[in-house]
Amino acid sequence: MKDKIRIGCGAGFSGDRLEPAEVLVKEGRLDYLVLECLAERTIALAQKAKMKDPSSGYDPLLERRIRSLLPLIPDKKVRLITNMGAANPLAAADRIIQIAKETNTRIQVAVVTGDDVLDHLEPGLLTLETGQPLKAIGKLISANAYMGTEGILEALQTEASIILTGRVADPSLFLAPMMHEFLWRADDFSLLGKGTVTGHLLECAGQLTGGYFADPLKKPVPGMAKLGHPFADVYPDGKTVLGKVPGTGGMLNLQTVKEQLLYEVVNPHEYYTPDVIADFTSVRLKQLGPDRVEVMGGSGKSKPSSLKVSVGYPAFYLGEGEITYAGENAAGRARLAAEIVSERLSGLVQNLRVDLIGLGSVHGTAFRHAAEPYEIRLRIAGKTETQDLARRIGEEVEALYTNGPAGGGGVRKNINEVIGIVSVLMPRDQIVPKVELKST
Amino acid sequence: MKLYDIAHSRAGDKGDTLTLSLIPYEEKDFDWLCKTVTVEKVKEHLKDTVRGEIIRYALPNISSLLFVCHHALSGGVTTSLGLDAHGKTMSSALLEMEI
Repeated sequence: MKDKIRIGCGAGFSGDRLEPAEVLVKEGRLDYLVLECLAERTIALAQKAKMKDPSSGYDPLLERRIRSLLPLIPDKKVRLITNMGAANPLAAADRIIQIAKETNTRIQVAVVTGDDVLDHLEPGLLTLETGQPLKAIGKLISANAYMGTEGILEALQTEASIILTGRVADPSLFLAPMMHEFLWRADDFSLLGKGTVTGHLLECAGQLTGGYFADPLKKPVPGMAKLGHPFADVYPDGKTVLGKVPGTGGMLNLQTVKEQLLYEVVNPHEYYTPDVIADFTSVRLKQLGPDRVEVMGGSGKSKPSSLKVSVGYPAFYLGEGEITYAGENAAGRARLAAEIVSERLSGLVQNLRVDLIGLGSVHGTAFRHAAEPYEIRLRIAGKTETQDLARRIGEEVEALYTNGPAGGGGVRKNINEVIGIVSVLMPRDQIVPKVELKST
Repeated sequence: MKLYDIAHSRAGDKGDTLTLSLIPYEEKDFDWLCKTVTVEKVKEHLKDTVRGEIIRYALPNISSLLFVCHHALSGGVTTSLGLDAHGKTMSSALLEMEI
């Protein structure tokens, strides 16, 4: 058994930068690289793409990420674990094999499926958000269960250097290699809790190393343009030391780690994953040196008997239009513009929202009673049932050019089909991971 | 003085729930923050956005507070019409609090 393993996180969301993962593999002396690329809504969008083209439905950046990493992986003996399979992990694996053949790289890919439960979803299941049954929603686009480490653990038993999944709970992508290397048992909840703390800290990549932290006044971060992504040295007893590649930008200290530890945590005593209900309140941190933080403590008790399933459905069309007013009485003219557009759309669009950007549009208030800003951007947004009606909203904002208040400029309009997400619980024995191997 | 002067914060989201950490720059300020930044104060401060219950967790091991705010994201990230559907900017709203 190794006395420690190093796991890096090269991407923390679908649109994340490509370079940090390359740097981690080239210079980070990693054992494992994880790319976490799947947000709640991403999989529903991917499912829609798959309906149109059965060979698509995986992460849009998969090809670029794989092309940049493939030449590095066989050499460095790094195993890659990623959820870039999204709604179609098998097609994603085929694409990776194809790219490997083109570049004369020998590679084996293990594909974990089983998260897609759309075909055997009980319509009577009640959503966690509203308590209403799924059948009340109508047409569904996708249903993916958050799987735990089981499938990845099976995949790690093979020779595959790339492990590709669909929906897996983010911390489980990191916990699986720890369990695999250190032979942690699936019912050793104390160790699984510690590993889950580490996985949770790593899963948003740059958010641990100064990304989404910087404020030039109070929290200056060096080298933001070359922000490096983090890695963790994990020991068999669950202790972890976080670090990043020397020479990369960003910073890793108690402040950045605390912010990320509490990020998106709704109950620090009980952080639910499919593998363990982890306790974050016993976590202790120690700065060991520049960009090196030790994580101790953390624990867990039992695992949930049911798994969360994210269900996507077509919610509405979003129509938006924006226009800027500046100078004396800018806010007055923006308000008049909003009244005009609202009157022109009355009876056509319910749920019209008006934002005066610069005057408390995001917090409902501005918290300060200073003078009005010099310029105001007016945004009008609405929910509609059809694309045509959604388009009308931007068109009416555009029409303000010649049919609205004085001096409006810089119109932008946008329409978007919005997918809503609700959650249901399914007994975990109904969700069975399956592993398939593909080779060049 | 504002919270901004002595503490930092990160916002997170889960459905219609908003999470806000509150972390003093100096760990010695933690007890004072616990006494000063009560649930009632945060409720009043964020009354224009948070419609539901607010729960405060204290994590003395890392000298940090966590506020979990329910019904705070106009019905949830995926179907909100707001510009900042995730409530990402709400950390800055919390730090605007005068203390």
